[in-house]
Amino acid sequence: MIKLVIDGKPVEAEEGANLVEAAGENGVYIPTLCYLKGEPCIGTCRVCSVRVNGNVTAACSVTVDDGMEVDVDEPEVADMRRALVEALFAEGNHNCPSCEKSGRCELQAVGYETGMVVSRFPYRYPPRDRDVGARHLWLERDRCIFCQRCVEHIRDRTSGHKIFSINGRGSRARIEIDVELADQMPPEQVREAMDICPVGCILEKRVGFDVPMGQRKFEVQTHRERATEGTSNE
Amino acid sequence: MSSSIQSILHRYGSDRTRLLDVLWDVQDEFGYIPDDAVRELASGLNTTALDIRETASFYHFFRDRPSGRYTLYLSNTVIAKMKGFDAVSKALQAETGACFGGVDSTGTFGLEQTSCIGLSDQEPAMLVDKVVFTRLTPEKVVDIIARLRQGETPEQIANPGGLPPQALDYVDALVESNIHQAGPVFFDRGTRVREVLERWLGRNPDELILAATESRLRGRGGAGFSVGLKWRLCRESDADTRYVICNADEGEPGTFKDRVLLTRSPLQVFAGMTIAAHATAAREGIVYLRAEYFYLKAYLEAQLQLLRDEGLLGRDILGRGLDFDIRIQMGAGAYICGDESALIESCEGKRGTPRLKPPFPVYQGYLGKPTAVCNVETFATVTRVMELGASWFEGLGTKDSCGTRLLSISGDCARPGIYEIEWGVTLNHVLALVGARNARAVQLSGPSGECLSVEKDGHRKFCYSDLSCNGSMMIFDYSRDLLGVVRDFMQFFVDESCGICTPCRSGNEDLLRKIDLFMAGKARPSDIDDLQSWGRIIQRTSRCGLGGTSPKPILTTLGKFPELFEAADHPAHDTLLPSFDHVQAFSAYDRAHAALDKERS
Ligand SMILES: Cc1cc2nc3c(=O)[nH]c(=O)nc-3n(C[C@H](O)[C@H](O)[C@H](O)COP(=O)(O)O)c2cc1C
Ligand code: SF4
Ligand code: SF4
Repeated sequence: MIKLVIDGKPVEAEEGANLVEAAGENGVYIPTLCYLKGEPCIGTCRVCSVRVNGNVTAACSVTVDDGMEVDVDEPEVADMRRALVEALFAEGNHNCPSCEKSGRCELQAVGYETGMVVSRFPYRYPPRDRDVGARHLWLERDRCIFCQRCVEHIRDRTSGHKIFSINGRGSRARIEIDVELADQMPPEQVREAMDICPVGCILEKRVGFDVPMGQRKFEVQTHRERATEGTSNE
Repeated sequence: MSSSIQSILHRYGSDRTRLLDVLWDVQDEFGYIPDDAVRELASGLNTTALDIRETASFYHFFRDRPSGRYTLYLSNTVIAKMKGFDAVSKALQAETGACFGGVDSTGTFGLEQTSCIGLSDQEPAMLVDKVVFTRLTPEKVVDIIARLRQGETPEQIANPGGLPPQALDYVDALVESNIHQAGPVFFDRGTRVREVLERWLGRNPDELILAATESRLRGRGGAGFSVGLKWRLCRESDADTRYVICNADEGEPGTFKDRVLLTRSPLQVFAGMTIAAHATAAREGIVYLRAEYFYLKAYLEAQLQLLRDEGLLGRDILGRGLDFDIRIQMGAGAYICGDESALIESCEGKRGTPRLKPPFPVYQGYLGKPTAVCNVETFATVTRVMELGASWFEGLGTKDSCGTRLLSISGDCARPGIYEIEWGVTLNHVLALVGARNARAVQLSGPSGECLSVEKDGHRKFCYSDLSCNGSMMIFDYSRDLLGVVRDFMQFFVDESCGICTPCRSGNEDLLRKIDLFMAGKARPSDIDDLQSWGRIIQRTSRCGLGGTSPKPILTTLGKFPELFEAADHPAHDTLLPSFDHVQAFSAYDRAHAALDKERS
């Protein structure tokens, strides 16, 4: 075990542990969106930004070190995290009340946790095409936050090829789906893809609103509780 | 199609990591990268068509649609806009019959704009496919387009003497070097590459690392990392092989010194790479050359061959048992590929997405092996340091900044071009040297650097602890619209953000919109606060140095010239925010209807 200080409080963590996990085990919640426990860090959303030895860093990309000083609750860095969540809301089209993922959407959950009320950035209402070409699932791109989870983690089980990929660069980039490979996905992988998408972009066809209000994932146990009580968030 | 795709794949051993080369060859063959070709490449490279598109669509110069027989890329850097861009762009559209972003009706000319192409000392400039044309005027445009129509090739027009592209004369026919001040380190015909290599390749690598460390040479690409330390870390990383990479991406608007070094002193650069290879135990080197410098490729390859023929490169160099060879990797249009980890991804045939660090490239770089990436100027300096000694070099410049620095000077001055200065000289000294008489502002180190006020900062010194310049220096006099310059720089970052992380992808667009409010006279005092706080968020939370610096044009200009950012207080009796455009807002319904009608019909 090694010793570090989080928000002024000395805590212990396993050597080599990821900072998000180490904090969670010590009851300190760090919001995350692209991070998946046990998977290689992809570091795209930056919503887990904290101060490490004075410098703002994405916690998911930090391995804890003896003597490390971490600030999570410090107001400036907490506001930065909230700003990033707000930016994601303003960048796409997020109409929570009509979205199948509401109540089990990580963006929505993290919005609550970071204390977001309204976005400080102007809403852009970008026109984004949906892609319904695949048999079992579709992309509702209005809601994509470009976290890359699907690109990195969902692969064709025989060839290892990407099923989801990126096209374009910068804010013009979008996620594409390989229809041929997607049509060969077994039902549990379709579910996995839908669950791995933190928002309501990858959706399974022919199911929707299948969990009653009040019983949905983050209504049963919040994002914060899941992170600090050892339940996985995806 | 099939046989030509197969032979392209064969040329690169069907190696997925060579995808950029493959895509260039496909585009050269078909004029763009057609879907059929992509499908065939996918099966030949054991991947999917969308995976190929994922890489191709990252790069500005790869096209997925036909683009006319010739594609013209006009540089739209701020410097071009000061030197006649408007007239040239009008002439280009009139003569070709194409609009920017499109192709003319006969399918002859595709017209595009592109960011700085490394020719700020001779703007306006453009690429016609891979050939550059400089100092454009409307008359020149008329001539070039007429001759292309008559069937002359871009090469024939740019190089009427018919010189072979391997020759230095060919390069000189296309582009001027404009060296106005050479110094002790560069452009000295006396650097004897063979002697330097003979002296050092027989020595223990530790001695080379020691010499580099003692010279206190720091990287010239921007970050200023110690060269000796970089080599040592790379050498000490446990691995069966290592790589040396020369960063010739030179994408920062306003710089062109690497272009001139590669033109005038390529052997000095390559010898520096060979010395680095011996120091780090690398066996392969790569020069990552930006696509805008395609016109240098044949020349540089001939220079590499010269070294091989003389036994200074390749197997068993100088009989000392060292194997080391260098290949040139062409980029394809992406500023972010100047970041060393994005550059490595690009060399591996992927999108130029910056990697998460750690691990740093000295531990895990190209193909996962320890890799020393240095700038062109750094390698050229290494050769000179090894020739004349660490203590000689350390005696140049200041205590914390040894040696000299090449400045690429552009903008409002009498003599734009290349100047070698010793570290420690002042901004005023350089301005006098280049004949900048009425200078108001200087953008130092390009958009990612800082805006300086000549009045306030003229006495400041070039050195790593004060004006730590990466080589780019753009000068603006009192006639220029500095806010417009800031807007241009923000547009550059919006266009060049790789988009992988939230703050840079999203935040730079928000900053750009804010600048538009100021330019339209619709800003309020709170907008200044937003610029500052949003800028800080982007700088702190971004994944790489692009987002880490992109708000700097705004923040540093605001610091030096606050009077440019006019923000009126909102009159209490006015119920609408000045930024609210009610005409635009009320027309949304009509526009939505029109769009629907179009969809239905
Ligand atoms: C967005 C971005 C663009 C960069 N562009 C360049 C470049 O064009 N040329 C360069 O040498 N270094 C560039 N760098 C710096 C490189 O990452 C790296 O630090 C440098 O090549 C190391 O060489 P040096 O130690 O010789 O300076 C860039 C960095 C960033 C973040
Ligand atoms: S589709 Fe979902 S998982 Fe994929 S990038 Fe978009 S938000 Fe992330
Ligand atoms: S800061 Fe910008 S360029 Fe760098 S990784 Fe993030 S989006 Fe890409």
